[in-house]
Amino acid sequence: MITGTPKPIEEVLEMLEPYDNIIVAGCHGCVTVCRVGGEKEVQVLASTIRLAREAAGNKINIKEVSLERQCDPEYVESMRPYVGDYQAVLSIACGAGIQFLAEKFTTTPLLPGINTGFLGVTERQGEWAERCQGCGDCVLHLTGGICPVTRCAKSLFHGPCGGSVRGICEVDKEIKCGWQLIIDRLKALGQMENYGKLKPYKGWSSARDGGPRRIIREDMIS
Amino acid sequence: MKSGSNLEKVLAAGHFSVTAECGPPRGADPEIVRKKAAFVRGHVDACNVTDNQTAMVRMSSLAGCMLIKEQGIEPLIQMVVRDRNRIALQSDLLGASALGVRNLLCLSGDHQKFGDDPQAKNVFDIDSMQLIHLVRTMRDEGVFPSGDKLEGAPQFFIGCAVNPFADPFEIRVPRLKLKIDAGADFVQTQCIYNMDKFKKYMEDARKEGLHEKVKILAGVTPLKSAGMAKFMRRMVAGMDIPEAVIERIAAEPKDKQAAKGIEMCIEQIEELKEVEGVAGVHVMAIEWEEKLEEIIGGAGLLPRPVLV
Ligand code: SF4
Ligand code: SF4
Repeated sequence: MITGTPKPIEEVLEMLEPYDNIIVAGCHGCVTVCRVGGEKEVQVLASTIRLAREAAGNKINIKEVSLERQCDPEYVESMRPYVGDYQAVLSIACGAGIQFLAEKFTTTPLLPGINTGFLGVTERQGEWAERCQGCGDCVLHLTGGICPVTRCAKSLFHGPCGGSVRGICEVDKEIKCGWQLIIDRLKALGQMENYGKLKPYKGWSSARDGGPRRIIREDMIS
Repeated sequence: MKSGSNLEKVLAAGHFSVTAECGPPRGADPEIVRKKAAFVRGHVDACNVTDNQTAMVRMSSLAGCMLIKEQGIEPLIQMVVRDRNRIALQSDLLGASALGVRNLLCLSGDHQKFGDDPQAKNVFDIDSMQLIHLVRTMRDEGVFPSGDKLEGAPQFFIGCAVNPFADPFEIRVPRLKLKIDAGADFVQTQCIYNMDKFKKYMEDARKEGLHEKVKILAGVTPLKSAGMAKFMRRMVAGMDIPEAVIERIAAEPKDKQAAKGIEMCIEQIEELKEVEGVAGVHVMAIEWEEKLEEIIGGAGLLPRPVLV
């Protein structure tokens, strides 16, 4: 899923200073699962903003909404009938969702209420960790199912580097060395021969480096 | 001869070779490089010039190489893949070769988090293994990796670094083999303090015949004090300094520890000379270049051979 963290409330209040009539919009997708942008978080954030603004003697009216998904046109359109009645939308969906609202509602300012993080997994309740950088050319079959682009701090294709010590990455003692994980896995799978091969230079054009990406599935376009 | 570098010739002639390293200054003052060069000249077969090591910004490696070259020292340019994509790397390789730099060390580079600018974006477009391969392609095939013909192939004696003390240990020799397959001509190791482990590493490398395919220069760094040893052990990832080594230097009074460090370094070089497959030493006297003559001379490695 796409993960994120709430923006500090001070930053949110500063963004909202020019407005007294806004929408706070959540999303039932990834951000609900990682508890940063769902219905409940919309309620909590709206109340916090209201209280703060009241205390500052500068009341604000807030409409609370939560869309099924902010990244899908059919759900986004459901906001159209009323969005023009508000000065701005504070969205706590991921960056993609926020932008999609901005694109659809061209005259309404869109404000980000969260900092979108990464594509990751829930390692345990309250802890998420990155797993994929969406490089567009997956090599997991060669690396024991562990991503060198994401899990190695240097995205090395022939690790581990000289900084790998007892399974820990040189960058931080809280980070496991991705290449130690890859080697452990390759060993367990009996696929160490994959390690000994020189890998071609990674093509980054399928990643962000090729410019904004688009997927077109002709079979699905009607 | 692949590059015609002095280092390559000395090694090819079967001499036990010596390299050292010069860290360029944290500023634009060329005099600092020239002063260091004066301590290095005549004592080595080539001198590494580091590339923003520990991600601290310094004068560029190429500029440092030219400054020491002017002083009559054969430069060895270090190149990390942290800061430059393949376009910049190729371009700098061509430039370095055009300016007469003939030795190259391909490195990943320490992560930027250790340096001045932890907020910097890192590159890691290709890794050090692939950089070795890229240089070899340019040198031996006379083409860019894209396949286009070069107007003059760069000439480099291609080196890489290995850390026999990083984990997992069992991958260290296979990884060296991979670097040789990629095109490495020589290797400089991380500073060795744990001689037993290094000998084990060499034994494994010899079993694969790797010492015959690549010139292995064993890295040493003289300790200035017990404090420095403890600091390095704590702060540098993958630095293996056994307790016995620390105890030995710590047993000296403070003002004698530096001399002891040098004595230990010389002893170690003598021991390394006897290890089958070790073709030379790489003496990293960090901010202590003035001791190079004493160390290298003390180990019986002066004068350096002059080959034409
Ligand atoms: S190789 Fe690319 S697509 Fe596959 S997990 Fe890693 S970043 Fe994601
Ligand atoms: S220690 Fe491991 S994860 Fe960290 S940069 Fe080196 S190889 Fe990558």
